[in-house]
Amino acid sequence: MKLNLNVWRQANAKAPGGFVSYQVVGITPDMSFLEMLDVLNENLLSNSEPPVAFEHDCREGICGSCGFLINGLAHGGRRGTTVCQLSMRFFKDGDTLTLEPWRARAFPVIRDLVVDRSAFDRIIQAGGFITAATGSAPDANSILVPRDSAETAFDAAACIGCGACVAACPNASAMLFTSAKVTHLGVLPQGQPQRDQRALNMVVAMKEELFGSCTNHGECEAACPKEIPLEFIGRMNRDLLHATFHRRREPLAVSPAVQQSMRKNRDHSGS
Amino acid sequence: MLDSNIPSGPIETKWEQCRFEMKLVNPANRRKHSVIIVGSGLAGASAAATLGQQGYEVHCFSYHDSPRRAHSIAAQGGINAAKNYRNDGDSIYRLFYDTVKGGDFRSREANVYRLAEISVNIIDQCVAQGVPFAREYGGLLDTRSFGGVQVQRTFYSRGQTGQQLLLGAYQALEEQIAAGTVTMHTRTEMLDVVLVNGRVRGIVARDLLTGAIEAHAADVVVLATGGYSNVFFLSTNAKASNCTAIWRAHRRGALFANPCFTQIHPTCIPQSSDHQSKLTLMSESLRNDGRVWVPKNAGDKRAPNTIPDDERDYYLERRYPSFGNLAPRDIASRAAKEVCDDGRGVGPNGRGVYLDFADAIRRMGAEQVRDKYGNLFHIYEEITGEDAYKVPMRIYPAPHYTMGGLWVDYHLMSTLPGLFVAGEANFSDHGANRLGASALMQGLADGYFVIPATVPNYLASAGLERVDVSHTAFSEGKAEAGERINKLLKVKGKRTPDSFHRELGALMWNNCGMSRSEASLRETLVKVPVLREEFWSNLCLVGTGEELNQCLEKANRVSDFLELAELMCVDALERRESCGGHFRVESQTPEGEAKRDDANFSFVSAWEWRGPGNAPLLRKEPLEFEHVHLAQRSYK
Repeated sequence: MKLNLNVWRQANAKAPGGFVSYQVVGITPDMSFLEMLDVLNENLLSNSEPPVAFEHDCREGICGSCGFLINGLAHGGRRGTTVCQLSMRFFKDGDTLTLEPWRARAFPVIRDLVVDRSAFDRIIQAGGFITAATGSAPDANSILVPRDSAETAFDAAACIGCGACVAACPNASAMLFTSAKVTHLGVLPQGQPQRDQRALNMVVAMKEELFGSCTNHGECEAACPKEIPLEFIGRMNRDLLHATFHRRREPLAVSPAVQQSMRKNRDHSGS
Repeated sequence: MLDSNIPSGPIETKWEQCRFEMKLVNPANRRKHSVIIVGSGLAGASAAATLGQQGYEVHCFSYHDSPRRAHSIAAQGGINAAKNYRNDGDSIYRLFYDTVKGGDFRSREANVYRLAEISVNIIDQCVAQGVPFAREYGGLLDTRSFGGVQVQRTFYSRGQTGQQLLLGAYQALEEQIAAGTVTMHTRTEMLDVVLVNGRVRGIVARDLLTGAIEAHAADVVVLATGGYSNVFFLSTNAKASNCTAIWRAHRRGALFANPCFTQIHPTCIPQSSDHQSKLTLMSESLRNDGRVWVPKNAGDKRAPNTIPDDERDYYLERRYPSFGNLAPRDIASRAAKEVCDDGRGVGPNGRGVYLDFADAIRRMGAEQVRDKYGNLFHIYEEITGEDAYKVPMRIYPAPHYTMGGLWVDYHLMSTLPGLFVAGEANFSDHGANRLGASALMQGLADGYFVIPATVPNYLASAGLERVDVSHTAFSEGKAEAGERINKLLKVKGKRTPDSFHRELGALMWNNCGMSRSEASLRETLVKVPVLREEFWSNLCLVGTGEELNQCLEKANRVSDFLELAELMCVDALERRESCGGHFRVESQTPEGEAKRDDANFSFVSAWEWRGPGNAPLLRKEPLEFEHVHLAQRSYK
């Protein structure tokens, strides 16, 4: 199989980028998409040209490292599939494919198809956890969790933090990502004490990172390789409303350490 | 003499005794102590979060963009704990016993007992953090059985237990980052450890975005950098997993223990082409309900569903009637290799066996099978294009885990004072073979409970003087690491890092893989140095060391695999017995089972680096078995 690739090449965050065309030959249907890129890169390297930088690690769809747009679709657009698991049998000989990095203000390009997704970590820092100092936990079976709650928590916790939802959203919103964590922890009994502050703080962090707002396009759900459902966004909005009305103290601030790194990041990407 | 520092007293109270005897650091003094943790997988993230909570100044390093990417995330099956919630005869002692026996009597009893003891606290901790374990309808935790044991002690989150446990640790770590106790250094790869006055006082690391080589000083360093299965090129490990951190520490004087003990996992998707970049694991939990078989007759090319039952050989059930499809990993892997060597393997290249769910679907219905294994069946279909609900899966063994690693004492400290090693990176708990669902247990036991107890003891008792990066040892370390990077860039040859890695991997898989012989090992010991020499004279890289340069990163890692591979073969050659994952063809029973030699090899091999070109020196830690009766393993 022979393919024509238009790949976004950008030497670093500051350099201008642009598309460069390559042809790859000898692609077989049992290869994965990234193995096809390996072939391209081996050829480039042998010709002393810089290989295309892209992120990848586990290559089994769970680490969330990989991800870029193929013909404008995050992870290539196949339902429930990361680009590392995307098989070449879904492509035809002679196809022309355009590869570009996630496009979002909050995800500045680092090089070629690699972007900086550290904004996701900072959203988690703002409240995506249950405080439980090591060693202080009660016996595991003393906390009863209804099976349905455990299943919903799991559905939400399946998020791999790849950023496809942001890339697919016309507003570059991180609501699906954030709502997945709010849902995961918010449906569990262990997550109740911090539920209000979690929703408030994570939503504030999301805004601070310059992600857009949800306007119900639903592209995120379609692009999500873990098929996180859109209804979790509704759930997060309910939690947010609830938290706004029920908080007993002044608005809880995002911790200073997180704010500082947010500011650093914003100044950096704005310059 | 290697002092393993095992506390005295009965095995049941050793850890308690040890914790009591260890020195403590006053809460007000903790922030004056700095700890470097390299790696942010289960062991690294949990240790960093816990030491951060305790109040130490923690610096955690990862070459990923986020700590959540660490390869612990890919573990599927589950985590063992001796909770005995099933009332099926489980206990701490039984988990301990199973682990020592499963490890083929090549692990340290005291360490394994502690692991079993701590296992129960891990589950408590993870549930409190919100890890969504599988539940019964009544809201209690569900468990299942796993390879090599007869009780149901494995807790799980569908087929993504590693992911959920890592996210738990990751979230705890991010909470500490927000609190300012932990500083996270992402996209930073460790290149060396730095010793000052005989103690490890920091690391040299490379910023992968700018290429800057920087020194970082601390009072103590913990390596939690995972295993080295990628020496085989094709393995279930993530692409970036590497041995650089532990290997560079080894070159600085940390002993490397049992490097030849590697685990070949029986249930992976078979290799399909030469372009394959990695192998995908199918959780061993599948063996709970799937039945493994091959056609009875060699060369039987019929479609699996058309082969009648009496022409199938359910070889695990036949050979190991009491454990059947749940035989331990080393045994199941070797059995698969044997039937394929007989010409009875299935799939395009004849290196595969069937894992059949037809009976399970008949027994419990497709829905329940989907419930239990849905995501695994999905992965399988995405990769192979085959629907395992209709046709049996094809599986074949693949390198998966390394029991060997840096030698550590009971406190998880290496032979370099101030250098601790946690998780898969150390050698301690699994002997010659790891039981299923024990890696997650060990990573978290080390990270949440052992390191946060033993590191403070070191800090409180070592009497450390103030050291910062202005010390010459740091500038020397930086210069040396930089030189090595420049050397790689200066070769300007013709072959890519991947081509060397593939060649090394094939060599190791064929000669130091599922079975090893004196001849295959001697051959490899000749070939690896030749390949290494070619690497340093014919490597092709582009770009500079001052930018994000993924081929340079790769070459740097391959350069260390090329050295480690040799030590693995030396160790495999020296160990003239079969045990666990190490099968020497010269040492087998008449039935072809592994034959251990306790009289001569009941020890840990700890190797000392003696400079390039010099043979490593073997030092032995004798193993004594007071509680688990030494016996030839039998799963029949």
